[in-house]
Amino acid sequence: MNDTPAPGSGIDATFVRRWLDLATTALDREADRLTELDSPIGDADHGSNMRRGFIAARTAVEQEPPETPGGVLVLVGRTLISTVGGASGPLYGTLLRKAGKELGEAETVGADRLRDALRAGVGGVAQLGGAAAGDKTMLDALLPALDALTGALDAGGSAAEVLASAASAAEEGAEATTPLRARKGRASYLGERSIGHQDPGATSAALLIGALAEAAGATGGGAA
Amino acid sequence: MVGIVLVSHSASVAEAVAALAAGLTGGGTDVPVVAAGGGPDGGLGTSSDLIASAARTVDQGTGVAVLADLGSAVLTVKALLADDELPAGSRLLDAPFLEGAVAAVVTASTGADLDAVAAAAEEAYTFRKL
Repeated sequence: MNDTPAPGSGIDATFVRRWLDLATTALDREADRLTELDSPIGDADHGSNMRRGFIAARTAVEQEPPETPGGVLVLVGRTLISTVGGASGPLYGTLLRKAGKELGEAETVGADRLRDALRAGVGGVAQLGGAAAGDKTMLDALLPALDALTGALDAGGSAAEVLASAASAAEEGAEATTPLRARKGRASYLGERSIGHQDPGATSAALLIGALAEAAGATGGGAA
Repeated sequence: MVGIVLVSHSASVAEAVAALAAGLTGGGTDVPVVAAGGGPDGGLGTSSDLIASAARTVDQGTGVAVLADLGSAVLTVKALLADDELPAGSRLLDAPFLEGAVAAVVTASTGADLDAVAAAAEEAYTFRKL
């Protein structure tokens, strides 16, 4: 299967596939850490679930590569729902499917469309899980990432710059979940005892946004 | 007859609750009830493929009531419904898993429609034990 990359011309299917590769690599590398974070406050399967889901998604995309960035995201989302097995499956699946649908049939989009897609995806996650900012969930990484991306875009940053700020904000947001008390999911049963642990879902969300910045960096900066 | 799908993190819980609910209808019930328990790897978790195939199995064209236990079971059913991946007329019931399953199966066995099955299952939240 030969791809026809459109170098430097924005976010296309090739870009999203590069993100998928980088995200899968990052999740594979960090799987043990994610599972470790999920041990005191979860059921100790987040790392292995995410790794399994992303490897399956990468295989699905390799077998029948969609031609649009939205198509790749929708296929990854659908695969995550059927292979992850934990709550992160439908949550990340919804994030990526909503984002992919927002991109529609476009073959190449700019960072502004990516922001719209992320906003749609994050909205879908909030609606599905019913969580809000500060509940110690993946939203605590995704919402700051969306805000930072929006701010950097308004300030006229290039695609690589806006995604880099989104990645830093996601990372900071994930770290900031440590003192929070969980109000959603299994960790919420632990009450006070959920305090003092970084949320695994926010941590994996930061890895995924980090891979997005990495994918943009690898394009050579994507001229604004 | 309304079909019923029971989604639990555990395959044995889903199957046991299905057997209990069917047993409490007085035996000889022909309510289509299918358990969809456990994750894609057979361990604890949720499998969207199992849920979708269970829903197709119990679908007789008069609605499918889905009951789920916790977390990913609930979220996966919602995600499948949002993407129209369950048969038309499928509905997630807002009900306790075991008590709701018994109420749903017994009500469905009378030939009641999906609204009545859903109402009976949801009412199970109000049965206080003390």
